[in-house]
Amino acid sequence: MTTDNSRLRALAATRWRVALTLTTVMVIVYFGFISLIAFDKPLLAVRITPGLSLGILLGVVVILASWLLTWIYVRWANTHYDAELRRLRK
Amino acid sequence: MLFLLQAPAATATQIGEPNRVAMGFFFLFIATTLGITYWAARRTRTTEHFYAAGRVIGPRQNGFALAGDYMSAASFLGIAGLVSTSGFDGLIYSTGWLVGWPVVLFLIAEPLRNLGRYTFADVVATRLAQAPVRLAAALGTLATVTFYLIAQMVGAGGLIKLMFGIRYEAAIAIVGVAMIAYVLFGGMIATTWVQIVKAVLLLAGAAILAVMVLAQFGFNPAALFAAAAQKFGDGVLAPGKLVAKPLDAISLGLALMFGTAGLPHILMRFYTVPDATAARRSVFWATGLIGSFYLMTFVLGFGAMVLVGPDVIKGVEPGGNMAAPLLAEHLGGTPFLGFIAAVAFATILAVVAGLTLSGAAALSHDLWVSVVRKGHASPEEQLKVARLATVLLGIVAVVLGISFKGQNVAFMVGLAFAIAASANFPALVLSMFWRRCSTSGAVASMLTGTVSTLVLIYLSPTVQLDILKHSVAWFPLKNPALVTIPLSFAVGVLVSLAAPERAGEDGYEYVERRMHLGVVEE
Repeated sequence: MTTDNSRLRALAATRWRVALTLTTVMVIVYFGFISLIAFDKPLLAVRITPGLSLGILLGVVVILASWLLTWIYVRWANTHYDAELRRLRK
Repeated sequence: MLFLLQAPAATATQIGEPNRVAMGFFFLFIATTLGITYWAARRTRTTEHFYAAGRVIGPRQNGFALAGDYMSAASFLGIAGLVSTSGFDGLIYSTGWLVGWPVVLFLIAEPLRNLGRYTFADVVATRLAQAPVRLAAALGTLATVTFYLIAQMVGAGGLIKLMFGIRYEAAIAIVGVAMIAYVLFGGMIATTWVQIVKAVLLLAGAAILAVMVLAQFGFNPAALFAAAAQKFGDGVLAPGKLVAKPLDAISLGLALMFGTAGLPHILMRFYTVPDATAARRSVFWATGLIGSFYLMTFVLGFGAMVLVGPDVIKGVEPGGNMAAPLLAEHLGGTPFLGFIAAVAFATILAVVAGLTLSGAAALSHDLWVSVVRKGHASPEEQLKVARLATVLLGIVAVVLGISFKGQNVAFMVGLAFAIAASANFPALVLSMFWRRCSTSGAVASMLTGTVSTLVLIYLSPTVQLDILKHSVAWFPLKNPALVTIPLSFAVGVLVSLAAPERAGEDGYEYVERRMHLGVVEE
């Protein structure tokens, strides 16, 4: 029971670390984008190709980043987290 | 501002004319959803069915239902309108409304599913004193739901009046009656399937529109943006005057990001799936669907700007909300306009149904059953009270919708997100992840979040300058989240430290076990 508890404690700590890291990355990505909108409008007006401004590109990047981070978490949880939970439930 | 409907001017469009196709789709939707409700009503026998659809909804179904609950008319009509009239600035919302979803996944979905039964208060109250926690949580929930409902109802009335040419009050009454019917008889089972039907319709409608727009530009979005820049100047592809003050943008962003993780009708959805893994997978689906939808709003907004034109759009409705319907009319004529109008209607109806159900759960499960009856209410009584609360909230929503007619309520969506982010989110996080969180701390955090958000919104430029027409606003920010979220966290922590609770700390071991392993046999 004690080893069981300490393993659960360790798993809880790992999950918290993963969750917090990914949340921090999301916050940095989104508020990085918002800060550019707020503080450096000319930069976002720069054209990558005719029609595609850096602002629009970064807007798409924020959405893609949300998907990527979601995918990373689900992958981690499906493999590591679930496997450890299965071991703990035994 | 988003989703503010004003009086239309005469333009060459069928919007506002009785449209047979729109009426046809409208009745088809009502008939289908009432059929679903009839089917669901026969399966709704316990509170487990009424609040949580018997916990048998699959992850993909729940992903669609989450998307249905979340994508309101403000995100469909509002963003398309904003992009079509002010270009890039509208995209701030397209991204802001998505970035909360990964946070829901990382911090909330799975622990919530494992710890609670019907409401988010279940989670906060797991190891703390029931009555005070549930009272404070119900207050935060009802405040969030009420402001969200007012914004949706007033929007619905104006929208339906504009698109179908019927009276505002009649439109509100139709929405109220249909929504009460879904929730009252079919509970969460009907509400879930109404959300799924709505999400499929909305995503399909937006996708067809986007493909039709892109077909005119060689399926190259950059060509569409270039055409917009050529016609209306390079400024439409870059940030403009919508974000004049940096702190306003950051504060709104915080409300959108963390508010999503505190919206009662979204949180409630995680109880409809069988386990935490299904909750995880449902957010994965929802993030994919909602993200795709917001990507499409880029195309719809710029498409409406280039093909319809901002002047025509503002001529029909100064807020720009008719951009997507006008674009549909331009590309597919009156029949397609009718389809999109019916989709917009379905969108609003589904969102208010979800909101009403979550409000009813706070009233009946948190306040009546847990506080008044101290957990000793028979299953029959619980179900009866839940239904009574549904009717009550439905009537309140109709009355509020009618009494706020013609008011500027666009800010209320932002307000609802700010309350959710400040009153619900910090208490959830502290109670789940911090051993020393005490009853007093959680309650103080929730009350601080609710009250400070309401007070600061009242003192903000939005209310003082725009609505009350005063010359000065005491509080500088339009959305208070930048102040109220840190404040609620700080109050929660400080009060927990000042008034520690032995029983709560001892109970944390159980919380931690159950949060990860699910319901554990003792």
